[in-house]
Amino acid sequence: MKPVTIRSKKLPISLIIYAKTLTALLVLSALCLGVLVYSVGTGEVPIPAMDVIKVLLGQGDPGNELIIYSLRMPRVLTALMVGASMAVSGALLQGMLRNPLASPDIIGITGGASVAAVACISLFSQTGKAWLPVAAFGGAVCTAFLVYVLAWKRGVSPLRLVLIGMGLHAAANGLTTLLLILSPIYTASQAMVWLTGSVYNSSWTTVGTLTVWAGTLIPAAFLLARHLNAQQLGDELAVGIGSRVQLHRFLLILISVALASAAVAAAGPIGFVGLMAPHIARMWAGPSAGGWLPVSALTGSFLVLTADLIARTAFSPLDLPAGLFTAALGAPFLLFLLLRSGSHRH
Amino acid sequence: MKPAMETKHLTLGYGSCTIIEDLSVKIPKGKITVLVGANGCGKSTLLRSLARLLKPKTGTVLLNGHNIAKQSTKKTARELAILPQGPVAPEGLTVFQLAKQGRYPYQSWIQHWSEEDERMVNWALEVTQMTELAHRPVDDLSGGQRQRAWIAMTLAQGTDTLLLDEPTTYLDMTHQIEILDLLYALNEREGRTIIMVLHDLNLACRYAHHMLAIQNGRVLAQGAPEQIMNEQLVESVFQLRCRIMEDPVYGTPMCIPYGQGRQMLTEKTSALGG
Ligand SMILES: Nc1ncnc2c1ncn2[C@@H]1O[C@H](COP(=O)(O)OP(=O)(O)O)[C@@H](O)[C@H]1O
Ligand SMILES: [Mg+2]
Repeated sequence: MKPVTIRSKKLPISLIIYAKTLTALLVLSALCLGVLVYSVGTGEVPIPAMDVIKVLLGQGDPGNELIIYSLRMPRVLTALMVGASMAVSGALLQGMLRNPLASPDIIGITGGASVAAVACISLFSQTGKAWLPVAAFGGAVCTAFLVYVLAWKRGVSPLRLVLIGMGLHAAANGLTTLLLILSPIYTASQAMVWLTGSVYNSSWTTVGTLTVWAGTLIPAAFLLARHLNAQQLGDELAVGIGSRVQLHRFLLILISVALASAAVAAAGPIGFVGLMAPHIARMWAGPSAGGWLPVSALTGSFLVLTADLIARTAFSPLDLPAGLFTAALGAPFLLFLLLRSGSHRH
Repeated sequence: MKPAMETKHLTLGYGSCTIIEDLSVKIPKGKITVLVGANGCGKSTLLRSLARLLKPKTGTVLLNGHNIAKQSTKKTARELAILPQGPVAPEGLTVFQLAKQGRYPYQSWIQHWSEEDERMVNWALEVTQMTELAHRPVDDLSGGQRQRAWIAMTLAQGTDTLLLDEPTTYLDMTHQIEILDLLYALNEREGRTIIMVLHDLNLACRYAHHMLAIQNGRVLAQGAPEQIMNEQLVESVFQLRCRIMEDPVYGTPMCIPYGQGRQMLTEKTSALGG
């Protein structure tokens, strides 16, 4: 398929975009908006879609407004941003490490967050709750930093990073299990819920914090798209075309780690989104990062939004963690795309 | 004329092991230079250091008279392009997207696809005869087409100097000639300096203006193929006994390796061989 060129005659501004990327972005935006409207209208007190839209436009009934804005909206917006952050974080890693299996788990981010969060829940069960996001964020960043430093040997090579990340991830998992075994049943079950990943503790504070992180880092990732493209060719070719590989790698890892850490701090280590969303997006929009990253972000949002909707409605009144459903949702979609792309390409 | 590239007392290696020691060579501008030598003698190592992919332990590499380590990598990328051995494209990347990567050193935060970029990419796809296949994924192509796609990327970089590591390896004869003819045309028509590693000695002799014969990290001989090619050189570079004759079609040196498989034609030749 041919790309479309957008170029300014006077200013040195230009870019190139594929129709299929635009289609993907439009379809995904519409899907996300649809799920969002449906989701905030669904619950113990159902609100019809039209009334939801009225509320969103500021002309709704005050009762509905209260339900939507104080109860359901923070949760839905958290899901939206957590999904996008995890997906972009995963895409940055997959592209940079040239490894389709890379995800925020592999470089130890979620493992580190889990150890810190579970320690926080089981050791300080009373005061721990408020500090949970901070602990998770700190654990994630520290582990990622450790992985980076240990992988450094006259520059960071993708293979070393993956191997050391996997090692620390396994160690962190071991520690988490140990903490779970040692802690009392009540806190252990609380910790298990956190470890599955859920957005039901979201408040406007969560939304505010996430907006700051995702709102700056996701655009920053988009700005680094061409450097990510260079890294996808491998280190030798990247240097050959004039990329400052180690500097860009550091920046890309930094953004990826911060995004995943912010997401994990808000919602726990929601599984599979960081791995799956970039894959789905890649099959749709191709590997060129300019299209791939935005499509990944929206795919991630859609996955987590939908997973959370299912988690809180399918077995109601049970409110389950969204993390239970991200994989259940993503896997069939991925298989469908794989089979479809397989049939017309080979 | 000033050399396109020059090394001064270059020592190269990996970790504690040294591959090339104190090498000083000049590579002529506007010519095709071919590096030949046995497997593992250090051809790729030398080529990679010429392209700043490998940092020298000591010594310097000069590109158009400037120390390559002292200028920005982006500036270097506008003067010199390298195609390493056996590159792998990301899955699903199209030929066009790959060629566009060659424009990386000309892009900025907001300038992603200037008119010049478009012109260069279209030209690169055209001379490599990849225009038709431009929107096909690289991993769907045959070996020869894939290699041409990579060459399109290096050409889109618009550099005066091109470095290629075994651009014809794993290609059949037709595709080998096709690639070499393309490089020859670029040199002939536009005066680009081409530095490459080739395995086929006879093709190397035909296409090279200048040849560097490398053995164990040392340049054993350098010069025009007609001047330096002889039986002793091949024997010491490749540990292979052979006979050098004049190519009956092109008049360039042609190497016929001694070996088994057939009896030699005359007593005389076998006497010479022994
Ligand atoms: N990345 C590397 N690390 C360590 N040793 C290497 C590396 N690359 C090449 N070598 C060694 O350097 C020597 C020269 O290799 P190379 O330049 O690739 O040879 P050529 O291209 O002439 O076949 C070989 O002995 C090889 O084993
Ligand atoms: Mg080699």
